[in-house]
Amino acid sequence: MSADAPLFTYCLRLADSALVLGHRLSEWTAYAPTLEEDIAIANLALDLIGQARLFYDYAGKIEGQGRDEDALAYLRDDRDYMNLLLVEQPNGDFAVTMMRQFLYAAFAVPYLAALTRSKDETLAAIAAKAEKEMAYHLRHAGEWVIRLGDGTEESHARAQAALDDLAIYIDEFFEVDAVEQSLIDAGIAPDPASVRSAFEATLAHVLGEATLARPAVRTGQSGGRKGLHTEHLGHLLAEMQVLHRAHPGANW
Amino acid sequence: MYAQALDQKDKGPAVIEDPERLARFEARCAADEKIEPKDWMPEAYRRTLIRQVSQHAHSEVIGMQPEGNWVTRAPSLKRKAVLLSKIQDEAGHGLYLYSACETLGVSREEVVEALLAGKAKYSSIFNYPTLNWADMGAIGWLVDGAAIMNQIPLCRCSYGPYARAMIRICKEESFHQRQGYEIMLTLARGTPAQKAMAQDALNRWWWPCLMMFGPPDAVSEHSSESMRWKIKRFSNDDLRQKFIDATVPQGLFLGLTFPDPELKFNEATEHWETGPIDWSEFKRVLAGEGPCNRQRMRVRRQTEADGAWVREAARVHAKKRAARQALQAAE
Repeated sequence: MSADAPLFTYCLRLADSALVLGHRLSEWTAYAPTLEEDIAIANLALDLIGQARLFYDYAGKIEGQGRDEDALAYLRDDRDYMNLLLVEQPNGDFAVTMMRQFLYAAFAVPYLAALTRSKDETLAAIAAKAEKEMAYHLRHAGEWVIRLGDGTEESHARAQAALDDLAIYIDEFFEVDAVEQSLIDAGIAPDPASVRSAFEATLAHVLGEATLARPAVRTGQSGGRKGLHTEHLGHLLAEMQVLHRAHPGANW
Repeated sequence: MYAQALDQKDKGPAVIEDPERLARFEARCAADEKIEPKDWMPEAYRRTLIRQVSQHAHSEVIGMQPEGNWVTRAPSLKRKAVLLSKIQDEAGHGLYLYSACETLGVSREEVVEALLAGKAKYSSIFNYPTLNWADMGAIGWLVDGAAIMNQIPLCRCSYGPYARAMIRICKEESFHQRQGYEIMLTLARGTPAQKAMAQDALNRWWWPCLMMFGPPDAVSEHSSESMRWKIKRFSNDDLRQKFIDATVPQGLFLGLTFPDPELKFNEATEHWETGPIDWSEFKRVLAGEGPCNRQRMRVRRQTEADGAWVREAARVHAKKRAARQALQAAE
């Protein structure tokens, strides 16, 4: 393992989560509940795909093997993807999509804020841009969680079901393995434990207004960082990568 | 993205207008003055505009489907982002146009209901499928290119809100047209398989795009009123010819072949001449028998139905919030 290997892996993790979530949101194109929401969801997707591109580009430079953003996004299999399990979960109904977005953004905002203080200047710069974007995601998705939770009986039930299904993926945000620990020790990556209280405060506030109950989770699910995913990611990547892989070496 | 509404006569009940007001209105149109929402306007003018603007809006919204079909398979991250932005622009156009409609006294809900009920139309071009990636290039280059030909004159349309919406829309459409052509150029200079995709896309989109300008002038239903009122400013055939003259050299530059053995340049007129357009195909697609008419409407209706509980939740929550605020204010 070269000295830069942990940093390369860390960049890919950040990129993969952003891309997979951005891709999921892009699946909504033309199917949102209002025209305004079609526009908003496309914005969220564009932000995340943009973040992924920056992280992939940097990862490729660190690796130094000539792999660009597309080689990293389109030519790795699901076992090599290291995104959080939450982001690969299917869109479900609008409540699932907004709850997934809310949970991710509630973590991403304080985490990226901490990453802006990284000793790695490139990561700090990407984080500074991404943090501003994710603050908007948090506001938008949080407002929807409140509207749906404190809306009709049906929307409340759907929002609660979404939270019940997705809550098992929260603990994975805070896991640290040896790769990440080495970067935390070097002042390059933030310790996710340091943002837990901010995350919990956001959840308590929004779920409270939404009149939703946080389910008790005994065993959180994890494995994304090791390339062990839910069954959904393989299908997502099959669709995303099919055209690129069908024409090896082609320029698009 | 569309022209066909320009060719339908107003079929609403005849309204006898006050001759003095009508004369003043006609004089303003003749003098190229803008008509604004609160100004008096003849009922037939209002109805024609509502039909035209709402059909334009519906076309933008339905047009998101064929392009959305390739977002999840876009072959590079850059293309994926550009395509998403383009579709987002179409949604934005739909919004401005529904807003322009509202200034004519009809709500978004009413015009959407007319679409879902099958009473309002949208551009026939979106009833064709997108079958390969090059279709994302062909739609930008040809479909948006044809739309621009139609819409640039509408920037000078007599109705102020429509004309102003069209100025912004045309700027975005011309960007879409260039980026579509850039996709075609990349494919045409790519591998043999990529070039074959580009050719296949041109083969399938060329004739339907020529039909986007509506029937030939000789059989066009449009009334002289639309021309006089400056809702329509050029004839179908004139616009179609302008599009052909602009587009054929672009296609030849790509090294592609137009699917028309009779296509030739007339040195005397300095225009490109095409073989006959199959208007029976156009009529079939308008009558609901195109490859995707049923699918596009089914998806639109399903999307509206699936979103109903969300919209209802937002309404109910807004009421609850307002009631709580009123209560707090009273305390």
